Amino acid sequence: MTYSLSINGQQKTVIVAGDTPLLWVLRDNLGLTGTKFGCGAGLCGACTVHLDGQPVRSCLVTIGAVAHAKITTIEGLSADRSHPLQRAWIAEQVPQCGYCQSGMLMVAAALLRDNPRPSEEDIRSTMTNLCRCGTYPRVKRAILRASSQRGNAP
Amino acid sequence: MRQDPALSRRGFIAATLAAGGAALFYVRPGSQPAAAATAVLLNGWIRIAPDGAITVFSRATELGQGALTSLALIVAEELALDPASIGVEMAPVTEAFMDHGNTLGYGVGAAYYATWGSLSSRDMDGSMRKIAATVRVLLLRAAAQTWTVPESECNAENGVVRHAGGRTSTYAALAPTAATLPVPQDIEPRPRADWRRLGRATARFDIPAKTDGSAIYGVDVKRPGLLVATIAQCPMFGGKLESVDVSTVEKMPGVKTVLALEDAVAVIATGYWPAKQGLARLRPIWRAGDRKAADSGAQYASLRRAVQAPDHLFLPKGAQAAELLAAHSAGMAAATAHLEALYEVPFLAHAPMEPMNATAHITPHGAELWVPTQFQSMVRDVVAELLGLPGEKVTVHTTAVGGGFGRRTEIDYAIQAAKIARHTEQPVKLIWSREEDTSRGYFRPMAVMRLTAGLDAKGEPTAFSFTAACPSIMDYSIERRHGAPQQEIEEAGLANARDLPYALSAQKISLASADLGVPLTWMRSVGSQASVFGVECFLDEMAAAAKADPLAYRRRLLRQRPRELAVVERLAALAGWDRPAAAGRHRGFAMNAANGSVVAQIVELEVSAQRAVILHRVYCVVDCGVAFNPDAVVAQMEGGIIFGLTGALLGEISLKDGAVVQKNFDSYPLLTLAQTPKIEVSILQSDAPVGGVGEEAVPPVGPAVANALFSATGQRLRSLPLMRQGFTLADAI
Repeated sequence: MTYSLSINGQQKTVIVAGDTPLLWVLRDNLGLTGTKFGCGAGLCGACTVHLDGQPVRSCLVTIGAVAHAKITTIEGLSADRSHPLQRAWIAEQVPQCGYCQSGMLMVAAALLRDNPRPSEEDIRSTMTNLCRCGTYPRVKRAILRASSQRGNAP
Repeated sequence: MRQDPALSRRGFIAATLAAGGAALFYVRPGSQPAAAATAVLLNGWIRIAPDGAITVFSRATELGQGALTSLALIVAEELALDPASIGVEMAPVTEAFMDHGNTLGYGVGAAYYATWGSLSSRDMDGSMRKIAATVRVLLLRAAAQTWTVPESECNAENGVVRHAGGRTSTYAALAPTAATLPVPQDIEPRPRADWRRLGRATARFDIPAKTDGSAIYGVDVKRPGLLVATIAQCPMFGGKLESVDVSTVEKMPGVKTVLALEDAVAVIATGYWPAKQGLARLRPIWRAGDRKAADSGAQYASLRRAVQAPDHLFLPKGAQAAELLAAHSAGMAAATAHLEALYEVPFLAHAPMEPMNATAHITPHGAELWVPTQFQSMVRDVVAELLGLPGEKVTVHTTAVGGGFGRRTEIDYAIQAAKIARHTEQPVKLIWSREEDTSRGYFRPMAVMRLTAGLDAKGEPTAFSFTAACPSIMDYSIERRHGAPQQEIEEAGLANARDLPYALSAQKISLASADLGVPLTWMRSVGSQASVFGVECFLDEMAAAAKADPLAYRRRLLRQRPRELAVVERLAALAGWDRPAAAGRHRGFAMNAANGSVVAQIVELEVSAQRAVILHRVYCVVDCGVAFNPDAVVAQMEGGIIFGLTGALLGEISLKDGAVVQKNFDSYPLLTLAQTPKIEVSILQSDAPVGGVGEEAVPPVGPAVANALFSATGQRLRSLPLMRQGFTLADAI
């Protein structure tokens, strides 16, 4: 099947079987490797992208089901690492191996957009992505930092 | 992960400096045709380009521990430069950049290029500081010679050598001359007191590319014409592929070919998804190996039998077996109370977030591999052997690595990629599914430990014994199969039980060797994960028998160990141990002294009426001598604690009918952000040489939790994972 996709504000055409998970279309067909393969079962969140602004685990949705949606990947979060969360991630020195961080950032970005001043409890209940290096304390700190920066902005 | 390696750096430095002397030259590097002439200093470790760009080579892999940033800091310190101005590149996997001096632990008689054993900083401390200091002196000498002034009147700072009389020249301008000078062998790096860059929290260079998806991990490698393969391996360890019908699968869209390997079947396709779809349709017939299929229950039972009859007694230097045994018996006989307990730990999978993968391209000219690996030289040597090529025909590129934890010291996936790529003209990227990654080993060994102690009337220990029944990592690791001696038989089973900081007289430390037919390898802190659990919980049992506070009891046993005692005192103050815990909260302590560092932790938790455990706080104090990059040390403590909590509270790989039960993160859970307690880390600087920090925070947290649970419930948990012993883990608050 041929699909016309809106990805990070650009139109892309791919020819791929309709049952292919979005994750593998992004990675193997479009070369957008910032979205990571961790478990293939929706358990780890490393593959999280936004569909029409909502965080979705891209290993669980087929291209046939989501081709109409506006897709945003980590590569589209900002052009130059200027998203408040990316700046906070660097300021708090969050990543270790870094593999899970694209998914963490995409979930956190959706959280902050809907809830600009999340409580610690909001962060705990939303950030269910898995990290093996143990960056959770810094993930939490970086989200709080980004949210307070945002709150101070004019 | 290896403990207590003999750090013989002198040979390495001498060899490097001598080789530098012989090989100093001024080249136009063939690999960089666009670059103008570059001065190659000290055998190529440090290069200074005409535009002033300074590049240092690393043989430590960046695993997220900040190794490359520490290396840049070292060079920045010695050459008086801004660390951000220094480029760090992975050294080529060639003889010149390998560790010939056994710096990285025990050797196999060959050269190593590997990242393990909490050794990266120690390797840099012993080698690169001196190399960089020597480069600085060479630059000063080049200036002094050019200007015919005394070297002592010259000063190097921020890329410029300046003479007291006012003349200046850039490092870049001086480098060609510096590269021709004889290399002094006796230059000392700057003393700690003079450090201006090392020892300060420095932002890691690898982090920005990990916030926008641009870092290229092994799984992300792109090559022209790249094919993707995925694999199903025989679920029974030691089993083989009997047969597989490939006819329908090879006709599936996107599938190129199905390849039968000895113990696995791989599908090669245009992408991961068609490969995975093809694999799912295959019905491979497996044949079990010679070993009888095992269940975890039977494996535990065999280790419990074995631990009663140890076959290897650890002898400290100069000790005689007969005298040691007699002293132990006398100590036990003198006791008025005797304690004995069995502690047990299961197999564990490393479960890095990036599943095992490797990309290989094999042409008539040689082989090229892109691998997220901790062991580049072994990839090169084994692939060369497999293909019948000389080592220099195999090029190994190190990609970004999505978690190592020791799993990537094994190279099974890289060998598979090479075997698969032999059958295609195009490069092939082999990606394991998460299910393969979880269930196919290599694992942290299962172990059963027996501890005994005799106590006198005051509760003071009169004798102590530790016996581990534990299969040997060396029987399975790639190093052993490629010639490593069996000298490390004690490694996994005994770990730092061989060198406890506590004054436990009449000690007997022994091992019962075992083989369960399950492939094993190093996992972050290795045997200490088991031994510290056994020892630190048993010390709590001894304290309880002596009716003593667990920390007061240990303080007495650490009287002769000022370094450990200082860590304990700092930690006690940090956690407020000497004040009562808040209502409903309970605390437990444990410590790990290993790899030149001391790490102690106190866990504070609460247990609900429904036996749900809420982790409130982990307090952690580390003395790693000196921290090159203190914030990276704190991150390693945080990460080690969370890794340790996952392993001790949740982690278990079990076998049924010879196959692993756990497949993905639903059956092999990791600690979540919500469950993670607040972690407070304090770094205690000392005069000790730089110690490891990547592994040392992992072992204590499990026993600290178990000790806190005893304080909370009176129940002594002696088997891991703790949350399978009638407790559940609640979210932290």
